[in-house]
Amino acid sequence: MARKLEHWILLLAAGLTLLAGLFLTFKMYAAGQPLLATVCLATLGLATYIYSTGRAYAFRYLFPGLLAVVVFVLFPLAYTFTIGFTNYSSKNLLSPERAKQYFLDETYVVDGESYAFTLHSDGAAYRIRLENENGDVFVTDALALKQATPLSVPAHRLEAAEAPLSEPADTKTLIQNLKVLKLVSVTLPSGLVASASGLREFAPVRKLYQPQANGELKNQQDGSIIKPNFETGFYETAAGEPLQPGFKVGIGWANFKRIFTDSSFSEPFLRIFGWTVVFAGLTVLFAFSVGIVLAVLMSWEALRFRKLYSIFLFLPYAVPAFISILVFKGLFSENAGEINLILQSLFGIKPNWFTDPFLAKVMILIVNTWLGFPYMMLLSMGLIKAIPADLYEASAIAGAGPFTNFFKITLPLIVKPITPLLIAAFAFNFNNFVLIALLTNGRPDFLDTAVPAGTTDLLVSYTYRIAFQDSGQDFGLAAAISTVVFLMVAFLSIINLRLTKVNQTENR
Amino acid sequence: MAVVLDKSHRWRVVAAHLGLICFIALIMFPFLMILLISLRPGNFSTGDLIPSQISLEHWKLVLGIPYQAADGRLVEPEFPVLLWLWNSIKVAALSGLIGLLLSTTCAYAFARMRFAFKAQLINSLMLVQMFPTVLALVAIYAIFDQIGGYVPWLGLDTHGGLILAYTGGIALHIWTIKGYFDTIPVEIEEAAKVDGATPFQAFRYVLLPMAVPILMVVFLLAFIQGVNEYPIASVLLKQQDQLTIAVGIKMFLYEQKYFWGDFAAAAILSGLPISIVFLLAQRWMTSGLTAGGVKG
Repeated sequence: MARKLEHWILLLAAGLTLLAGLFLTFKMYAAGQPLLATVCLATLGLATYIYSTGRAYAFRYLFPGLLAVVVFVLFPLAYTFTIGFTNYSSKNLLSPERAKQYFLDETYVVDGESYAFTLHSDGAAYRIRLENENGDVFVTDALALKQATPLSVPAHRLEAAEAPLSEPADTKTLIQNLKVLKLVSVTLPSGLVASASGLREFAPVRKLYQPQANGELKNQQDGSIIKPNFETGFYETAAGEPLQPGFKVGIGWANFKRIFTDSSFSEPFLRIFGWTVVFAGLTVLFAFSVGIVLAVLMSWEALRFRKLYSIFLFLPYAVPAFISILVFKGLFSENAGEINLILQSLFGIKPNWFTDPFLAKVMILIVNTWLGFPYMMLLSMGLIKAIPADLYEASAIAGAGPFTNFFKITLPLIVKPITPLLIAAFAFNFNNFVLIALLTNGRPDFLDTAVPAGTTDLLVSYTYRIAFQDSGQDFGLAAAISTVVFLMVAFLSIINLRLTKVNQTENR
Repeated sequence: MAVVLDKSHRWRVVAAHLGLICFIALIMFPFLMILLISLRPGNFSTGDLIPSQISLEHWKLVLGIPYQAADGRLVEPEFPVLLWLWNSIKVAALSGLIGLLLSTTCAYAFARMRFAFKAQLINSLMLVQMFPTVLALVAIYAIFDQIGGYVPWLGLDTHGGLILAYTGGIALHIWTIKGYFDTIPVEIEEAAKVDGATPFQAFRYVLLPMAVPILMVVFLLAFIQGVNEYPIASVLLKQQDQLTIAVGIKMFLYEQKYFWGDFAAAAILSGLPISIVFLLAQRWMTSGLTAGGVKG
C-alpha cells in the first residue's frame, strides 16, 4: 500500500515538474527567446522520453546529474567562448531589439508650449488639471494612480457648469505620485499628447524616432536618419557618430586581435602572463620543496612525536583559504600590520608589502607557500611510504648519509609518480584567483595600460577586473582572454593525462 | 631498523626536533596573532604584540551585541556576521545535499549498469572536473541574469541561484562514490534481485545503506567546498544581507574602513568550525578514497 502511494507521489511530482518546465518554456517564448525556448522544450522532451520508456533505464539515474554538469559547467564554458567573439560590454549590453526599442521609446517636447499642472484629489482618486498660457483649462477624469504602468487618458475642456475641483494637492503628494504620473500621457482635445515634463508642468511630447521599412530610424524632430551598424553595434548618425546605448553584435576575432596585436593590450597581457607562469612555477617549487623535506622528516622512524607534529603541520590546509589569506593581508599591512611591527622593532625596517611590486610578489609567494606545503607534504608522505625500506638499509650499509639517501633514493623514486600531481598543482595555481583577489587584488597597478592591470595580477584576476571592476565592463575582451587561458590549461591537462597513463601502464 | 647508529645520529634527531619546533612556531604565528588581536581593544595595533588588557568588544560585535565604548558611545555591529555564517551554512548544506543526490544516482548507474557511451561519459566527467570555473564567471553571471528574468528566486543575488550554480561541480563526487560502489560485491544486490527487487529497490534498500560512510564524507566535502567557494558567490551576490561569509568577511578589511580586531574575531568564529569539520572529514576521506578511488 505504502509503495503504491510512493509511486503516485512520484508520478505527481514528475507531472508538476513537467508542467512548471512547460510554463517556463512558454514564458521564454513569450519574452522573445525562441532559441532558448526550443532548447528547454528539447530538454523536457528528452526527460519525458527517458523517464517513460524502459529502453533508457540507466539514463534515469544519470539524467539529473549530467544535466547539472552540462548546464552549469559545460554550457558556461561554451558560452564564454562565444562571448569572446562579441562586443558584449557595459556600452553594448542590450540585444539589438532592446536597443531599437530604447530609441523608439525616446520622446521629445514639441515646440516650447507647456501646461501648468496641478493634481486634485477626487475621493481616493486624483484628477489632472492642465492650463496653458492662454488660460484654457483641461481636466481628466478621476485616476487611481496606484500602479506604475503606462497609461493614456483623454482630457476635456473644463466647462463652467462643472463642479469645481478640490484644492490642488501639495508638493509631498506630487512627489509621492511622481513615478506613476511620469507614465501618464494625456490626450488633449486638439489631439496633442502631453506628459509630465516636470513636477508642475506637462508638455506635449512626441516619439522622437519613427521606424523605417529598412530598419533605419527617422528623427521626427530634425528629420535626420540613424541606422544600426551591425559591425560596431551602435546606431549611427549620417556622420557616423555612434549613439548610446549600443547593442551586442558578433565582431569576429577582433578581441583576440586586440590581445595579441594592439600593444596597449598585448603588453600588459604578456607581462601578466609572464608573472602568472613565474608565480605558478615558484609556488609549486617552494611548496613542494618544503613539503617533501617535512614528509621525509615525518617518515623518519627515529623521530618521536611525529603524529603531533604532523597535525600542526597540516593545520594551514584545514583552515579555509579565504580566512587565512585575509589574515595574512592584515598581518602584512604596511602601517597597522603585526609583521611590520616586529620587523620594525627587530631591524628597524618597514617594507612596503603592498605598494612595492617586487615585495608584493614576495609576499604572495610566502603566503601561497604557507597555504600549499601541507598538501605537498601529504602527497609526498604517501609516496615515500611506498618506497621499499630495504633500499635505505642497503644505502646505510654502504655508509650513505641522509642527503645521499634523499637525492639518490627518495627523490628519484618520487619524481615520476608526483609529476602529474605537480602539473595539476601548477594548473590550479595558474588560475589561483582567490589568492590574488583577496590578498592584493592585483595591485600595485601598472600606470601605462588601457584597462586596469596590476603587477601581481594573474590572467584570471585580470579578466575578472576587466569584466566586473573596470567601468567599461568589457565582457567580450574578458571572455576572449578566458578562452586563451582555457586553451593553456587544457594543454596542461592533456599532458597530465598522458603522463598519468604512462605511469599507470608502467606500474602494471 | 637493524642499522648501526653512529654518533651523529642522535645529534641529527635533536636538530630535527629543533628545526620542526621552530618551523611549527613560524607556521602557527598567524593563528596565534589572530587570537591575540581578537582579544585586543581597538582596531589598530598598540605597539606591542601581547595585549596589556583583554577586551571582548570584538567578540561582542561579531555576535551582534552592541557595547559601550570607552568614551561612552554605543558601538553597533557594522556587519551581520552571524547572518553571513547562516547564509553560508544554508547554501553549502543545500548544495551539498542536492549534489549528493545527483552524484549518488549517477555513480550507481556508472558502477552497476551497462549503457552506450559509458566509458566516454565517465572519462569526460574526469576532464570536466579539471575545467576551472573562474574562467566562466562572465558566462555564469550572464546565465543567472537570464534565469532571474524568468524565475526571480533563482536569479542574481539569490541563494537559490548560488545553490544551483554549485550543483554543477559534482564530477569528482561521482568518481569518488563510484569508486566506493565498485568495492561492494555485486552479489549482494543480485541476491535481492533474485528475491524480486527492482533495480531501484536494490539500489535504495541494499546498496545505499552500505554506502552511508562514503556518502557522509562526500557530503562533508561538498559542504566545505560550498562554504569556502569565493569566485562564483562574489559574482552572483551583491546585497549585504545575502552575502556568504567567504564574500562578506573581506569587508572588514577595506582600506577606508579597517576593522582588524573585529575581523580577527569573525575569522575565528567562522574558521574554527569549518576547520574542525575538515579535519574530521579528512580522516575519513583518506581511508574512503584509498578504498575506492584507485580503481578506475
